[in-house]
Amino acid sequence: MADRLLEVKDLSTHFFTYAGVVRAVNGVSFTLDHGETLGIVGESGSGKTVTALSIMRLVADPPGKIVAGSIALKGRDLLALKEDEMRAVRGNDMAMIFQDPMTSLNPVLRIGTQIAEAIQLHQGKSKKEAWRLAADLLDQVGIADAQKRVRQYPFELSGGMRQRVMIAMAISCNPDILIADEPTTALDVTIQAQIIDVMREMQTQYHSGVILITHDLGVVAKVADKVMVMYGGRTVEYGPVDEVYYNPHHPYTWGLLGSLPRLDLSDKTRLTPIDGQPPNLLTMSAGCPFAGRCPYELPACRDTWPQLEIVGLEHGCHCLLPSSERVSDRDKLPRFTVGVA
Amino acid sequence: MSLLEVKDLKKHFPIRGGVFKGTTGQVRAVDGVSFTLTEGETLGLVGESGCGKSTTARVILRLLQATTGEVTYDGQNVMAASRGDMQRLRRDMQMIFQDPYASLNPRMRVRDIVAEPLRIHKIGSENDLAERVARLLETVGLTVEHADRYPHEFSGGQRQRIGIARALALDPRLIICDEPVSALDVSIRAQIINLLEDLQDELNLTYLFIAHDLAVVKHISDRVAVMYLGKIVEIAARDRLYEQPRHPYTEALLSAVPIPDPRAERARQRIILAGDVPSPANPPQGCVFHPRCPRMRPDPCQTVMPPLTGKGDSHMVACYFPTP
Repeated sequence: MADRLLEVKDLSTHFFTYAGVVRAVNGVSFTLDHGETLGIVGESGSGKTVTALSIMRLVADPPGKIVAGSIALKGRDLLALKEDEMRAVRGNDMAMIFQDPMTSLNPVLRIGTQIAEAIQLHQGKSKKEAWRLAADLLDQVGIADAQKRVRQYPFELSGGMRQRVMIAMAISCNPDILIADEPTTALDVTIQAQIIDVMREMQTQYHSGVILITHDLGVVAKVADKVMVMYGGRTVEYGPVDEVYYNPHHPYTWGLLGSLPRLDLSDKTRLTPIDGQPPNLLTMSAGCPFAGRCPYELPACRDTWPQLEIVGLEHGCHCLLPSSERVSDRDKLPRFTVGVA
Repeated sequence: MSLLEVKDLKKHFPIRGGVFKGTTGQVRAVDGVSFTLTEGETLGLVGESGCGKSTTARVILRLLQATTGEVTYDGQNVMAASRGDMQRLRRDMQMIFQDPYASLNPRMRVRDIVAEPLRIHKIGSENDLAERVARLLETVGLTVEHADRYPHEFSGGQRQRIGIARALALDPRLIICDEPVSALDVSIRAQIINLLEDLQDELNLTYLFIAHDLAVVKHISDRVAVMYLGKIVEIAARDRLYEQPRHPYTEALLSAVPIPDPRAERARQRIILAGDVPSPANPPQGCVFHPRCPRMRPDPCQTVMPPLTGKGDSHMVACYFPTP
């Protein structure tokens, strides 16, 4: 069998703090192929970003540590690499776009210097050549007047333009995998639409695999092929986008979809919020992290983490409720006519 | 009858610079905003960051002094009110802030945070306060046991509930909600939206609801105003605005919001606006939207800002070439 572009298996990343062990990521598995977009959704503290940082091996150690699992990039075990080997992987094979374009650029260096740095380092190009490529890249991501912009400093650019610079930087070495961590959260909607467009164009052009981390289920519906729903460091549901949106099996996924105000629905039905508060990662039980907030909780939920159950084509879910009961419970929910086409 | 009437409100901030710190320019944060608010209704105010939504709110409450314009609350001129009158007015007009982490004093107990407005306005004896605070906390879905804790012991959603309890302490009639849910996670956001809706029904509150999230505004508002660069470009009843937008900016804004329905999302036509929002320190000549507008014609768009007009005043739009 040919190697997958990326295969993550049972990844667990824990943080060892004075207050105790934080299980930020707990047994997460997924795969990614060329040209495919995986959306990782979940609320703050659900482990989305730590998952991404673990793949890039950028988790600060101490206090963080990847305690279990494997990450294979085209069959190569990333967790076995030495730091200098890993450094060659970052940028060349995998690149990351961060949420906040204001703080992820160096304010005292010209845009060109920052883009050229990676090109010089990873592709061994001369400085002059790297600057020329930097200007080309800016042009590709839709920055007008690239020759002038490349000589400017980050403060001279708007938020949307800075995020374009981040994308230019990320694609500068033609990586196989692009990880975007909330790339549009800090941006206004009209600018968000521009940035999503640029990212998709770049993906088509370079045929890369994209991991898109977001809390916005609308953005995922728009760009992702498959989606992983995380809660309290666990994957609760995973599958193709249409499956997860129209046939969701985990009560948390129902909760997420039911609690969204919708632009496309004209009725003013009451939202169905998820009761309670997000879990405290320090005091989590061995069971399902959603137990305690879940309206369908069974006595066993608090100490048993359910096995992966296949509920559809490449569609999996971790839940103790019997599958048939789950579907009938879901179809009783008020807002849940949403996806039933 | 309208509870609040805002007429041609402007707030310009001077830009100081040069050797003698003279005024070298003006940031036109709010530039001629007019609307009315009827008792019991919710007016949503949407727009992108920097369009002047929050400044409008602050000027209405006179937390900032307006440059020009009129604000009338229940027949009374707010801009001309004396200190004493203003204090009385503020009982009626309260505000809920965006960031529940920054808007609560970390060194005060919840009890004192919620009781502070009552103490300032000398309402009730100290003995009554405990009971009032307990009732307020219950109203917003917290319990009496929470009263002796400090803000850091609460999650974001709970803190926002504390902020709402504080806003309710003086039995206000008008509450200005400035992005009250944008700092909250999706599942918690729905709790707070439902709470705000319930409180409105119970207490007959009037809301000015400021947000950048068009879906949230659609859910909660009766009428919606769209702001761009310090001006209202379109205002209409909610369903009208969302179903038949007339201003090209409103149309682009609505089409840019991704909806959580993959099939519909794939089928959707999108209007992608070019460029960024211009700086309010240097707004474009003529219509503020013309540099990004797909319908722009040099004359008249580049010469004079179109006035906000409409048939029967219910659906008003500031555009020379609105969608019919």
